Amino acid sequence: MEHVSFGRVYVWQLPVRVYHWVNALCVVALACTGYLIGHPFAIQSGTEAYNNYWFGTVRFIHFLSAFLFFFNFLFRIYWGFAGNMFARWGNFIPHRKEQFTEMAAVLKVDVLLAKIKPLPSIGHNSLAGVTYFISFLAFLFQSITGFGMYAAMSKSALPRLFAWIVPMMGGDFAVRQWHHMMMWFFIIFSIVHVYLVFYHDYVEGRGTISSMAGGWKFIEHEKNK
Amino acid sequence: MNASPLTLWEHAQSQGVSRRDFIRYCSWLAAAAGIEASSIGRVVKAMENKPRLPVVWMHFQECTCCSESFIRSSHPVVSDIVLDKISLDYTETLMAASGFQAEKQLHDTITKYKGEYILCVEGSIPTGDGGVYCCIGGKSALDIVKEVAADAKAIIAWGNCATHGCVQAAKPNPTSATPVHKIISGKPIINVPGCPPIAEVMAGTIVHLLAFDRIPELDGLGRPKAFYSRRIHDTCYRRPNYDAGLFVESFDDENAKRGYCLYKVGCRGPVTYNACAVTKWNNGVSYPIQSGHGCIGCSEKDFWDNGPFYQHLASFPGFGIETTADDIGLAVGAVTAIGIAAHAVTTNIKKRKFIQSEIADSETADDLDNKGGA
Ligand code: HEM
Ligand code: HEM
Ligand code: SF4
Ligand code: SF4
Repeated sequence: MEHVSFGRVYVWQLPVRVYHWVNALCVVALACTGYLIGHPFAIQSGTEAYNNYWFGTVRFIHFLSAFLFFFNFLFRIYWGFAGNMFARWGNFIPHRKEQFTEMAAVLKVDVLLAKIKPLPSIGHNSLAGVTYFISFLAFLFQSITGFGMYAAMSKSALPRLFAWIVPMMGGDFAVRQWHHMMMWFFIIFSIVHVYLVFYHDYVEGRGTISSMAGGWKFIEHEKNK
Repeated sequence: MNASPLTLWEHAQSQGVSRRDFIRYCSWLAAAAGIEASSIGRVVKAMENKPRLPVVWMHFQECTCCSESFIRSSHPVVSDIVLDKISLDYTETLMAASGFQAEKQLHDTITKYKGEYILCVEGSIPTGDGGVYCCIGGKSALDIVKEVAADAKAIIAWGNCATHGCVQAAKPNPTSATPVHKIISGKPIINVPGCPPIAEVMAGTIVHLLAFDRIPELDGLGRPKAFYSRRIHDTCYRRPNYDAGLFVESFDDENAKRGYCLYKVGCRGPVTYNACAVTKWNNGVSYPIQSGHGCIGCSEKDFWDNGPFYQHLASFPGFGIETTADDIGLAVGAVTAIGIAAHAVTTNIKKRKFIQSEIADSETADDLDNKGGA
């Protein structure tokens, strides 16, 4: 019987892992509270305003997670320049020929369910990299529109930085609609993302899921015996 | 028109106004313009020395609700402004002159007060098909506004029409109705949106020009900050109900009777900048929300296209009037979930052999048992 021997590679440094889970938590919190802001439940009636504050609390959680989300995101942008080779921006923006051939290979495996061949990349595969890059753009969009709206209720400098988006999009209403629509990108991204992570872990057996917890992936050395 | 026009103070004196009343009047003006008490001295001084302000008020594609709003105010300041303090030299709806006489009036004003007169525009300007959709005296609105704006000191765009195009510019905008700021450049333009704007806001804007000889402080969309820097939502008396999560579900429910927040029945207060909740309408009697109806966002761009007015989210373009982004999102989400389920099943069928062989290849518990014990 032949055994494949695997080597351990330390792929995701601690900052990337912390970033990932803080981000995931924030996105879940933002989508839940955001949905509630758009569709507050009819949970109370026959009472007076001075007894309640639940909607204010929902918004507070949205804004709190928004700030955390934003600074975490800024940190990841920085780490794309300072981190190890797997964390760098080059992984997200395809610019080399191998990255494009790999994208085609991943599509074959994931969508056409072709036979699995080992992929060249150890970190994100090129296709995953591109989708993360698109999601980073969505993070940016959500931050700009979010802070743009927030500027109307805040005197502090950070939200003011984004106030230009309101005249650019034609008014707060448009900004709010787009911000709301973009929530669905995150919901669908998260569903597909989590599924694909499980899928790759399952079919490749390289410890994809646990890599975001401990940082290690397992890479085939050569066939043993 | 006199060769050397009277100053406002002289004019007031000629009407038998006492000094005390004049000062009181100046304070009124200052309050209307949102000027702080410490600056009243400057207003008085300006009134003593300034001649009456020549104003040309054009009407293009509009319904005249702005003029109506303005003259309906029974606030003394407003009637005084219209009748006395500005010299309204040309305005289609209020002037006595007509025909060639009126045209001459306009011509005289813009040549005599070159660079000094204020141009007020009510209505949007249709630019489609060479501007044929709105012509006055044989000239298109487009040509008129360019001609009259050329030598104006400043321009005031009244109402949603002149600032955003309002209902004429709603999709599909058949006449290519265009707001003033998209046609005229290089002149100070004050946007005073609303359908119509509140009379006191209109008066306040004119008073500022009158008293200070310069345009009021404007925001990113060219609106006077004194009136448009806060949302209806920020000053709404129902706001505590919003924060408490107490919402009207339908207009005839118990919650509506209790005066809960109108957010869920489509109130646009959170996205609308105007002074309604503070200044109110009809001399401070009420404003829509106080009367039980949500704000429809009449001072915002494209508010006609952001409907339906009675739901929080607008309809999603191309999907029918009641389909929102959430309906689409939910549908796409459901398709995604089905796709994933199908994918998971096919994976296990198509890759079954492969995964089985991988499992066979790996070290199993048996292998370890054999090695174990050592
Ligand atoms: C993944 C990220 C985010 C998601 C999914 C999200 C989602 C949402 C949703 C669905 C709404 C409700 C819109 C409506 O229908 O009225 C909302 C409101 C809002 N969000 Fe976000 N959001 C995100 C990030 C942010 C960020 C970074 C900020 C920055 C401060 C922000 C600020 C706001 C503000 C100010 C509102 C309006 C709340 C109000 O006025 O009550 N959001 N968000
Ligand atoms: C149970 C939930 C989740 C699990 C198990 C998980 C797992 C993972 C794993 C294993 C990777 C590395 C994948 C690779 O090798 O290409 C990854 C990357 C990533 N995930 Fe998740 N994830 C989860 C939820 C989320 C959520 C909710 C978001 C936010 C929208 C998210 C955003 C990202 C991003 C942006 C990356 C790229 C990370 C980077 O390089 O900085 N994940 N995730
Ligand atoms: S009624 Fe409208 S403006 Fe008033 S608090 Fe509710 S949403 Fe805001
Ligand atoms: S409450 Fe809203 S819709 Fe009503 S007049 Fe004011 S801005 Fe216009």
